[in-house]
Amino acid sequence: MERHISQRFDSDLEALKSQVLEMGGVVEQQIIDSVKAIESVNRTLAEHVLSVEDDVDRREVLLDENCTMILACRQPAASDLRMVLSVTKMTRDLERMGDEAQKIAQMAIALSDDGAAPGGYESIRHMGALVQKMVNSVLDAFARFDADKALDVARADTQVDREYQTAMREIVTYMMEDPRSIGREMNIIWALRSIERIGDHARNIAEHIIYLVKGYDVRHTSVHEIEKRLNKS
Amino acid sequence: MNSNSGYNGLFDPMLAPGRTLDFAQQGLSNKTVGNPFSEKAKMSVRNLNVYYDNKQAIHDVSLDIKRNEVMAMIGPSGCGKSTFLRCLNRMNDTLDNCRVEGEVTLDEHNIYDRKQDVVPLRARVGIVFQKPNPFPKSIYENVAYGPKVHGLVSRRAQLDEIVEDSLRKASLWDEVKDRLFSPGTGLSGGQQQRLCIARTIAVSPEVILMDEPCSALDPIATARIEELMAELSQNFTIAIVTHSMQQAARVSNRTAYFHMGRLIEVNDTRRVFTNPEHELTEAYITGRFG
Repeated sequence: MERHISQRFDSDLEALKSQVLEMGGVVEQQIIDSVKAIESVNRTLAEHVLSVEDDVDRREVLLDENCTMILACRQPAASDLRMVLSVTKMTRDLERMGDEAQKIAQMAIALSDDGAAPGGYESIRHMGALVQKMVNSVLDAFARFDADKALDVARADTQVDREYQTAMREIVTYMMEDPRSIGREMNIIWALRSIERIGDHARNIAEHIIYLVKGYDVRHTSVHEIEKRLNKS
Repeated sequence: MNSNSGYNGLFDPMLAPGRTLDFAQQGLSNKTVGNPFSEKAKMSVRNLNVYYDNKQAIHDVSLDIKRNEVMAMIGPSGCGKSTFLRCLNRMNDTLDNCRVEGEVTLDEHNIYDRKQDVVPLRARVGIVFQKPNPFPKSIYENVAYGPKVHGLVSRRAQLDEIVEDSLRKASLWDEVKDRLFSPGTGLSGGQQQRLCIARTIAVSPEVILMDEPCSALDPIATARIEELMAELSQNFTIAIVTHSMQQAARVSNRTAYFHMGRLIEVNDTRRVFTNPEHELTEAYITGRFG
């Protein structure tokens, strides 16, 4: 489709897009670092993750301000309206992903202070990698306005949820074997829980992208239903 | 450009601004997308073609306007929306060089039938124009004129009643009740437009056509007229042509998008402004050409 008659409107929307991608990049790095910090018991890296939070918050506020300005000054319609609405929701999910990365980093600090837990690191590594890939793909899907790629992210979240259940069972066995490890294993559980939540937020973003691209609100629907909807169009 | 993407409007470097017109003119078909037809039609238009001399202004347009709905018609200048509106009460008959083909029915009667007298037709299908045009008479006379001419009243008391009722329905009564015999032209622009609406209502029409009724008004007067449309739609069927897309979004139930004489899309207004079906509608309402 064509560009807007108003070139400034085009550049406002382009700026919005790059700001989301930049914020996404910062949050993605936060997630990578927090998982690495817990795996490698790296307190310095965990503290670095915590220090990035203010930057993420600032970006969220700035993006919201820009969306508000576009709504007030341009009264966008159709795909432009969906773009602005999706961006406001996506930044919220990105910011919360950042919060979860921060929690993982806090668990990394606790584990570096109390000593490593006897098990669960493999699950952290595995789920961490899955979720990192989801975040990367969902940002890519947004950059390309690609609804199919967004659907892949929604599918991947189902796998993360399954992995999370398996990891919980495994960690409970560690706790039963050595009750003295319960405190440390709880830290692993909290970290896993945060990783799983990051997956949920990535899925939310994928849903916002499908709304943005196709105009379908696919929140609160199963992956199967989303597939059916997208195949029809 | 991503082939599966419905949202691909922003950043395609292949599309230079110079291509705008090509795009807008490409592959126009006479087929309308969306839901132009309805079982509850008050007015039905079928295969309407309108020509000014040899130039065709409307190409094979078919559309139903439902009873008690507000139907908005939008589109770039020269797209034929006003021409279309004027066909609904045969205002185009007044133009010598205008030829209309096709069928327009009001309650299933063809209004282009030779036996159809246009005077009672225009009482049933009233029209409000862009610029308020009160008669150079008193406020009272402006409203009373129609009922008198159409012989709708026999007694003065009855006429008083119609004038008050019409002015009330047009939300003007409270502002003018103490000066009913002052000239209508002395009112403000927004009041004059509401006076014209009262004048239209006074003859108990069934359909009210509005041709950009707010384009000469300030935002407050516009808001009043829009409020009024919502109330009037309980008793009347309204078709409005507007250049303000926000106005179409606010006041109408369905929106019809015209482009170069074709009816491109008709859909529920909610759909048109959030997720239009046709890419030309999308391009127009997002301001990608006009």
